Amino acid sequence: MIASFMDLGAPVSSSKSRSGGSPQLDFPDMESLPPEAKEEPVEPPETRKRETAESMARRQREISISEFFSKNRHLLGFDNPRKALLTTVKEAVDNSLDACEDAGILPSLKVEIIQIEEERFRVCVEDNGPGIVKAQIPKIFGKLLYGSKFHTLKQSRGQQGIGISAAGMYGLLTTGKSIAVTSRTGPGKPAHYYEIQIDTRKNAPQVITDRVVEWEPPHGTRVEIELAGTYKKGRHSVDDYIRQTAIANPHCEIVFSVPGEDGPLHLERGSSVLPPEPKAIKPHPYGVELGVLIRMMKESPVRQLGAFLQKEFSRVSSRVAQEICGEASLKTRANPRSIAAGEAERLYRAINSTKIMSPATNCLSPIGEEQILSGLKKEIDADFYTAVTRSPSVYRGNPFQVEAGLAYGGTLPGDELVELMRFANRVPLQYQQSACAISKAVLGIDWRSYGLSQSKGALPAGPVLLFVHIASAWVPFTSESKEAVAAYPEITRELRLALQECGRKLASHIRTHRRAAEEQKKRSYIEKYIPHIGIALREILGFSESAENRLVETLKDVLERSRTA
Amino acid sequence: MVARGFRTIGAANGKQDRFMAKKSVSAEKRGPSGGKNVLEAIRASAQDIHKKILARKKPTMKFPVRSLSNVRYHPQRGFFEIAGRKKERTLTVNTVKTFAQTLRMVSLSKELIENDDIATKREAYYVSKNWEEARFNEQPESDTVMDDVEAYFAVNREQLGFIPEEKGGDVAGRLVVIDHDRDTGKALRIDCTRFGSGAYSIPISVEQLEFETGADFILVIETAGMFQRLVKHNYWKKANCILISMGGVPTRACRRFIRRLADSKKIPVYVFVDGDPYGITNIYRTLKVGSGNAAHLNEFFCVPQASFLGITPQDIVDYRLPTHPLKDVDIKRARDAIKNDPFIRHHKEWIRAIELLLKMSVRAEQQALAKHGLNYVIDTYLPEKLRRPERFLP
Ligand SMILES: Nc1ncnc2c1ncn2[C@@H]1O[C@H](COP(=O)(O)OP(=O)(O)OP(=O)(O)O)[C@@H](O)[C@H]1O
Ligand SMILES: [Mg+2]
Repeated sequence: MIASFMDLGAPVSSSKSRSGGSPQLDFPDMESLPPEAKEEPVEPPETRKRETAESMARRQREISISEFFSKNRHLLGFDNPRKALLTTVKEAVDNSLDACEDAGILPSLKVEIIQIEEERFRVCVEDNGPGIVKAQIPKIFGKLLYGSKFHTLKQSRGQQGIGISAAGMYGLLTTGKSIAVTSRTGPGKPAHYYEIQIDTRKNAPQVITDRVVEWEPPHGTRVEIELAGTYKKGRHSVDDYIRQTAIANPHCEIVFSVPGEDGPLHLERGSSVLPPEPKAIKPHPYGVELGVLIRMMKESPVRQLGAFLQKEFSRVSSRVAQEICGEASLKTRANPRSIAAGEAERLYRAINSTKIMSPATNCLSPIGEEQILSGLKKEIDADFYTAVTRSPSVYRGNPFQVEAGLAYGGTLPGDELVELMRFANRVPLQYQQSACAISKAVLGIDWRSYGLSQSKGALPAGPVLLFVHIASAWVPFTSESKEAVAAYPEITRELRLALQECGRKLASHIRTHRRAAEEQKKRSYIEKYIPHIGIALREILGFSESAENRLVETLKDVLERSRTA
Repeated sequence: MVARGFRTIGAANGKQDRFMAKKSVSAEKRGPSGGKNVLEAIRASAQDIHKKILARKKPTMKFPVRSLSNVRYHPQRGFFEIAGRKKERTLTVNTVKTFAQTLRMVSLSKELIENDDIATKREAYYVSKNWEEARFNEQPESDTVMDDVEAYFAVNREQLGFIPEEKGGDVAGRLVVIDHDRDTGKALRIDCTRFGSGAYSIPISVEQLEFETGADFILVIETAGMFQRLVKHNYWKKANCILISMGGVPTRACRRFIRRLADSKKIPVYVFVDGDPYGITNIYRTLKVGSGNAAHLNEFFCVPQASFLGITPQDIVDYRLPTHPLKDVDIKRARDAIKNDPFIRHHKEWIRAIELLLKMSVRAEQQALAKHGLNYVIDTYLPEKLRRPERFLP
């Protein structure tokens, strides 16, 4: 994963094939082949003008990353107008939450979706975060792959440095309008207002407007993007995303307004405790790919291989570094820059065959059982809630942690499939449910043994909402649009264990609940049917009404007693 | 047998029943149903329950288990007798609904008897719609409760005022049935030779009927189709017999009619049904020895003198009849009969016959005889068979 992003970081050359390996990276055919082309008869090959190496060379040139993504916008979650609106809101909100948390501020967000035309909207997201230094604003919003999170390994919502500039680029492409940013870094400082457009050829920002403005908030950032989109409620909607964000982030408060509704929706804070601050860690040797390792050796200022391993990676002591070098038959004092390709491969293999301590897990900031419960209780009206936070675990050198929550009964619909909410680093995942390790783990569990109904190969059915969160310094998404988590065996295992624990708690709740219901039923049986015994016996024996009443009361009493006995 | 009628029904079942009064009842008024002693039985049981409750004890009702597993076959007596097993229904939270429904059904019966009224099973089901929470949602529920009540009092449901809806069966041939005009009480002579291509219908209650006949035997037929053919060609004239169509498993009235007729006139009963497990184990067996469901009544609703004319499994071979393969249900029914049916198990001939059927894995309908010509059954099959009645299956 890291390697594929590193590759994208450099301009992609046209002759290079896509090495990402994830299925979502396939280019849609429509891009390269207009539909009518299929109808046309194929010309005989003889009459076609042949290319020469020279003629091709004239057309071979660097492709800018922004040009690449503007042509392949589906890779970033802008495949259709409805999803484009959601992705735009999501990128801005994720950034705001990240910024607030990094600065230790309880987030208060304003999210506004204003309809301009039938299929044109203006998205405004405002936060009370630390603001952005004036000089950085143009690059952050007008250059792809520019960000603060890519090079640090710690849990954050954003990780690639693409998100918000891609949204701005999409807006520009579909409406011609600039992205507008207002930001202030503290009281007494000026508020800067920028209008920025991305130059896709150069992947560089173009500042259209830059001025100081009157702006009330003491600190924070406001981002406005106009884009072509459609707004619709229901599954995959912006409303869903906001609601789920509120559940997974009970410490944040959101004021949310959408077209066609009278006033804004206030999603209150459920807790005023900020999540623990995740610590940045160095990459763990197990997670590094060969290509990345080679590049790191080339770029490192450290001149000795042993010291290089110790400095660039976590959990490498001098003893471990020695062990690795010994295993690779390389000298610890060798210069990393002069390691040959074959040697690098040996080193890579040696790393993976050496026992290295698991990475520190303080780079993680799970939501926590209590907070999950408070988020669920805040937004879902149910009878029973439960949550589980597993202890941290590691896949390919990356620490991760799985959490699951479950709400049952109440107003949840009883005869439908359960609602599954997936989260990665507190961000709701809405698309590609079936490709996601989380859904696969849910499907892999026999929910019937926990008291739900489930048909083969389907989600369980019942009045249940499932909440699953995976937190990691590097969440292995299946694509850049960050919609589905890849199914590493370690991750799948943790998911299963967390879900099973929730399932067991649910099962015991259902059991006691059923007992109570049965108890209730029995009581009502006595009330309902004993009078009929009185009626029948009176009809047959012809005694008085008071005798009938006495009989009924006696019988009720006898049965009540024997029932509770 | 006939003379005993239903008046001593309790004693006939071997228990000195607390419900059954010793004194005889005017049978004429309600035909066979001894209204008064049933009434007394109802009162007695209600009294019993009432007392128990006032003594703060949980009342119990005992019902004979109504299934084939709870009957004994007595070859000498000739019918399925109820074995001792009873299910107890103690009034608890779990049984309170059925208990209430049973008592209300008993109360309904009491009302019917007192008013000399009757209700069909379906009508009883509709009456229950007035019982609020205790009403039945589906008729099978009320039928089951009614069957329970019937078994509880060890009486025929007609005696409780409940009458079946189903038709009794059709009769044609050398028989005069003597019934009585409802209004005048005058005897009515019904000549079963004079229905042309039609037939006399067996009434629901047959106890009051008397018979005159010079017939040599009674031929009891499973299907209306075969009955029609024999009637149309006046087969009864040729064979000097009485033809009775059962139309499937014989109703209680039909069994009782044949039984009384055969008993009082001392004539043999030959049964002619399809050659398949259903014809043998359900239709013929029920006619001859009764059913598992109402075993307390089998004594009266059975025809022990019946014997099986055809279609036998051997007939299928001998007459080279066209066949159908046995279906899974047929095979299961046949195997069940060999394993669990006390009547079949008692008769080696039947076990052999059913095993032959299973081995051939085919069945043949009565009407398959038409393969050899439409009237082959009249001209050849029946005469051939009737020449050797001693070879009929038991
Ligand atoms: N509202 C904001 N307040 C403060 N800083 C922000 C805000 N939005 C963005 N930033 C900064 O801009 C950088 C780039 O944001 P961008 O969304 O493009 O990438 P990212 O969040 O790092 O990764 P991703 O592509 O996964 O979203 C962030 O890393 C962050 O440092
Ligand atoms: Mg971002």
